[in-house]
Amino acid sequence: MIEARQLSKRFGNVQATNQVSFTARDGEITGLLGANGAGKSTSLRMIYGVIAPDSGQALIDGIDIRGETSQARSRLGVLPHAAGLYGNLTARENVAYFGALQGLDPERVRRRCSELGAALDMQAFLDRRAKGFSQGQRIKTALARALVHEPRNLVLDEPTNGLDVMAIRSLREMLMNLRAEGRCILFSSHVMQEVAALCDRVIVIGNGTVLADDTPDALRKNTGAATMEQAFL
Amino acid sequence: MRALLTVFRKEVLENLRDRRTLFSALLFGPLFGPLLFGAMVTRMLDQNSFESDQALELTMAGSERAPGLMQFLKSQGVKLTFTDWTESQAREAVKSGKAPVVLIVPGDYARRFESAMPAPLLLVADSSDSQNRKHTDRARALLAGYGSGIAQLRLQVRGVDPWLALPVAVNDVDVATPTGRAVAILGLMTYFLLFAMLMGGLYLAIDSSAGERERGSLEALLSLPVPRGALVAGKLLATCAYMGISLAVTLTAFVIVFGWVPLDRLGMSANLGPLTALTLFAICLPFVPLGAALMTFVASFTRSYREAQTYLTIVLLVPTLPIAFATIYSLKTKSSLMFLPSLSQHLLMTSVLRAEPVRFADVCVSAGASLGLALLFGALTARHWRRESMLG
Repeated sequence: MIEARQLSKRFGNVQATNQVSFTARDGEITGLLGANGAGKSTSLRMIYGVIAPDSGQALIDGIDIRGETSQARSRLGVLPHAAGLYGNLTARENVAYFGALQGLDPERVRRRCSELGAALDMQAFLDRRAKGFSQGQRIKTALARALVHEPRNLVLDEPTNGLDVMAIRSLREMLMNLRAEGRCILFSSHVMQEVAALCDRVIVIGNGTVLADDTPDALRKNTGAATMEQAFL
Repeated sequence: MRALLTVFRKEVLENLRDRRTLFSALLFGPLFGPLLFGAMVTRMLDQNSFESDQALELTMAGSERAPGLMQFLKSQGVKLTFTDWTESQAREAVKSGKAPVVLIVPGDYARRFESAMPAPLLLVADSSDSQNRKHTDRARALLAGYGSGIAQLRLQVRGVDPWLALPVAVNDVDVATPTGRAVAILGLMTYFLLFAMLMGGLYLAIDSSAGERERGSLEALLSLPVPRGALVAGKLLATCAYMGISLAVTLTAFVIVFGWVPLDRLGMSANLGPLTALTLFAICLPFVPLGAALMTFVASFTRSYREAQTYLTIVLLVPTLPIAFATIYSLKTKSSLMFLPSLSQHLLMTSVLRAEPVRFADVCVSAGASLGLALLFGALTARHWRRESMLG
């Protein structure tokens, strides 16, 4: 479970987020929907602990994320907006590096690499250097890297950016499989259809504050709009 | 500690697969210095021996007016070429390099010579060319010799003791030792050593922060439950490893080059054998973490690979400044200078190369100062990594 509690962050004169609060539950996919610059990335960065909130708190399974070695970090898998890989390492080595840094023993790292390679259909490029990967292969490797320590919670920042239709569909399937395993998934997007199709719960964010927090159906009903797009507008 | 080793192993492996890093760490940096050094020293030695053995070439215009002078020059082994150039033609010839030195005997030479008046001679040369200047000096010395010979004859003919014209006899005592002359060359060598060593870690230092950021792998890395200090330490250690290898390769290359070059003729202890090389390695080693920490520290403030390269090129110059200073002011090894990294290594290495005694305490102070500063920069780097601005 991921909880954001009154997260506020200011960069210079810009109030990036203001009292952002929401909860992403286990066994659900939660979508963070908003236009560019609405505060999605800042919220997520505070949740996965690379920037500190001015006030408020981010909790993973009830544990505060702050602190370099917080237990919360071990319970979280992260796919940041810029999910770059090490080009001179193979996909397997990229995943294994993060596994080792998460503190897994070598035997478990090996096992997880094979499991993830099979689960994410990566066998064809698992032992190739990441330098020439397609966007789809890159996302899969970055996702495997985020999942190597079998985290209960997963945060993805605009994961579908730059993916073609086929790659988006396979990413969707992967996320649904993870949900079926009872994990908590939080992802951000500025594409309405994507959120509507995939999410159990939608948090609409604009100007750094939470505008709505409901199921997609309820959102449509409350606003009386036929589509999510209209509801969003 | 485990995380530190994980980071270290990954950085070493990743860079081992990077052709650019390998090229600068193992090939360009380490071999460039020794080869250039060897070529320069060999050329200098060649030039010296070549000049004293070779006959002076002199172009002479109007030689028919001075048969005595011509005979004298010939007897001194000068290779004479005869022309009928005017003064302006001679100027052109020297300017264009067609003739190194031209001696013109003007029209009134013979008349004035016979009436024992100072007879004019024109020596056309280019003093801005150091090669040419050596020729000119030799020509001038020969002409002066001819002049004083004639003067003595004239005095004797008039019944005057020639010694009267020599009130003082000056004897040169040159105290310039060959070692002194070698100082600049030694400065060059220690500079090449430090430079090659820094080059060895340059790309790792850039890669460790600016590279991670540009690639987009930094944010995921920073979300892990790993102390930032361990990340920085692992990266620094990998940079040090590459720098150490560069240093070792450079020293080996110097040992090989010194085997070919007859350094004793430059007054340097030519016994740069494995033992001296090991001593130099030990003296340089404390500078390795300092260089690594300094480069990583500077690189962690830059946003892109390109920006990092620009700033680190300046950092590469920093260790050269004290060495240039030491060379210009001919600094000698002094305990008070051992607190300055790069300068202290330069002075100690120079002493070792000259086979001068080196105090162990000086070596310790030099190492301590370098390591202390390395720790400071390492800590500052780790502190910067804990900041949000690190994300860029």
